[in-house]
Amino acid sequence: MSTPSEASAEQRAPVTLTPVLTARWGEKDSFTRRVYERNGGYKALRQALQRTPESIVEAVKDSGLRGRGGAGFPTGMKWSFVPKDIPKPTYLVVNADESEPGTCKDIPLMMADPHVLVEGVIISAYAIGAHTAFIYVRGEVLHVIRRLQAAVAEAYEAGYLGTNILGSGYDLELVVHAGAGAYICGEETALLDSLEGRRGQPRLKPPFPAVAGLYASPTVINNVETIASVPSIVSNGSGWFRSMGSEKSPGFGIFSLSGHVTNPGQYEAPLGITLNELLDMAGGIRAGHRLKFWTPGGSSTPMLTEEHADLPLDFESMAGAGTMLGTRALQIFDDTTCVVRATLRWVEFYKHESCGKCTPCREGFWWQVQILDRLEKGQGTEADLDKLLDLSDNIGGRSFCALADGGIAPVTSSIQHFRDEYIAHFEHGGCPFDPAASALFTVERKEEAGVNA
Amino acid sequence: MSETNGGQVSEESGTALDAKVRAEMEQIVARYPESRSALLPMLHLVQSYEGYVTPAGIEMCADVLGLTEAEVAAVATFYTMYKRRPVGDYHVGVCTNTLCAIMGGDAIWSELSEHLGVGHDEATEDGKISLERVECNAACDYAPVVTVNWEFVDNQTPESARELVDKLRAGEDVSSTRGPKLCTWKQAERVIAGFSDGLAGQGAQAGPASLAGLRLAEQEGWTAPEGGQPALGGADEGTGGESK
Repeated sequence: MSTPSEASAEQRAPVTLTPVLTARWGEKDSFTRRVYERNGGYKALRQALQRTPESIVEAVKDSGLRGRGGAGFPTGMKWSFVPKDIPKPTYLVVNADESEPGTCKDIPLMMADPHVLVEGVIISAYAIGAHTAFIYVRGEVLHVIRRLQAAVAEAYEAGYLGTNILGSGYDLELVVHAGAGAYICGEETALLDSLEGRRGQPRLKPPFPAVAGLYASPTVINNVETIASVPSIVSNGSGWFRSMGSEKSPGFGIFSLSGHVTNPGQYEAPLGITLNELLDMAGGIRAGHRLKFWTPGGSSTPMLTEEHADLPLDFESMAGAGTMLGTRALQIFDDTTCVVRATLRWVEFYKHESCGKCTPCREGFWWQVQILDRLEKGQGTEADLDKLLDLSDNIGGRSFCALADGGIAPVTSSIQHFRDEYIAHFEHGGCPFDPAASALFTVERKEEAGVNA
Repeated sequence: MSETNGGQVSEESGTALDAKVRAEMEQIVARYPESRSALLPMLHLVQSYEGYVTPAGIEMCADVLGLTEAEVAAVATFYTMYKRRPVGDYHVGVCTNTLCAIMGGDAIWSELSEHLGVGHDEATEDGKISLERVECNAACDYAPVVTVNWEFVDNQTPESARELVDKLRAGEDVSSTRGPKLCTWKQAERVIAGFSDGLAGQGAQAGPASLAGLRLAEQEGWTAPEGGQPALGGADEGTGGESK
């Protein structure tokens, strides 16, 4: 292994990968109950059912686990907001609607190891006192849906789901529910509306879902990776979890490297690893090129550049750099990439996925697409950049949900870091980049030839 | 906007929706604490019979759930997976969101669109293939990505994608990269509606990119720390740690 980059190496021990959630993925048939149990699966459930629900909530609180779906809210605290002693049932809903551009961790997790999610669901539902739970999985992932359906069926057969689970007296029904293609349903209140059989439009908060969520009942909504982390915390303890990561961002997480990197893929590491450390592990930026810009956690997190590549990838450091850790979806673009083209395409996505409920988001992205399109063709002016920023000011923070805030991230951050490149477009009378140079196929063939030689 | 509203349902001819479908819809309803939650899977079920969301399908959903047809149509028109006209037996999605587009998805799209002579959300005349520009499908480490009936076909090039659609059109068997032999659109929709096809065990458990970090960790001898908590339930090994 090459050494991690100099800047961070002096201050701390070299960071290595810590496979926990990804540990079983390499084994044939890892998605079956047989293989999962052979590797210790469902032991955490047996342990949990011997403890009080309150002690599970405490253990998750003590671990410092923060939501892995992007926002990073402390999971144990979220659970503790569920009101006690009210007549309405409590629900647990797993957000498996992974669709933030660049994010690709939950899908392989559910494909390779759906039982760890099912086990996490049972323990978490037990902890919050829910007797019905849902996995809301996006509809466009057929084989993942098959694997989830099969895992849930196997868990029922084994008595891990249903009535009187393992003789504990605890009952739980778990439903796999497929969506129908709408990014907005990853937003938790839109997800609830969708799960209620409606158009997926966000709700105004408060009330928060913990108080009035699904069917206006107390509801906890957690990301797949969050829930999948629970069995290991129950088994190994919060101290073990905290032995990885940092004080405020403890534990491990899956980092997803994609784009112009030699070996894209899933790398599970303690929070706080840096992009440069991950790039070293992934064979670096594709041969002959340099890092130009990257997102720390999906397209809704403001982009960063080469100068940020030694920052710890944790919640605080990313916030300090004016961006967010998000989903650890590291989309990596090299020097062949036109940032205006990238931004236009992202904003087209937000325009397409805006649910239409709030005017600033619905209209704002529509106008931004017009302006960016003109800029990319070299027909814009410098005043267009100010107009884009002005529009962004009027979109962000002025809509019900975070889609609006996320959608302006590529616009404002690309203008902040690459204003000159925007200007070059209209000075040059068009895009100065060749899109063919960014594509992977021609280069890949050359590289393959080199490797095989 | 919507051709499915109001009194236009009577134009429907020769519908495949019969008492059996209605009974399956009731089965879906039984999964949920409140009946309306069944609507999304019910619309998928309609597509599994009709190929798309037909006026008759809307009518049946509304009838089963006690909703108006306008209420059902409002939901059906919100979500991109519900189609309002027939798609091909093989519905091919090309990811043209930023990352895939730049890695080559735009070139793949142009190639396929030209080769098949169809645009976004259009089907070939023989009804075999339809094309859609899809948004990020959570397989970015396999970019550029193509999907067929919502199965992954990873790491595509314009040539490989053209070969893919040619094979599908010729009726040859094609497997998805990480899953089973590609099924038809209607078969896929039935699974999405919650009716298993028994194929979960087929295909790899994970593709190579999903395993990139794990393989490196194995090679380097890197593991997560050992679990330190005394077991309460008789666990004799750290369940969260290493797999071997």
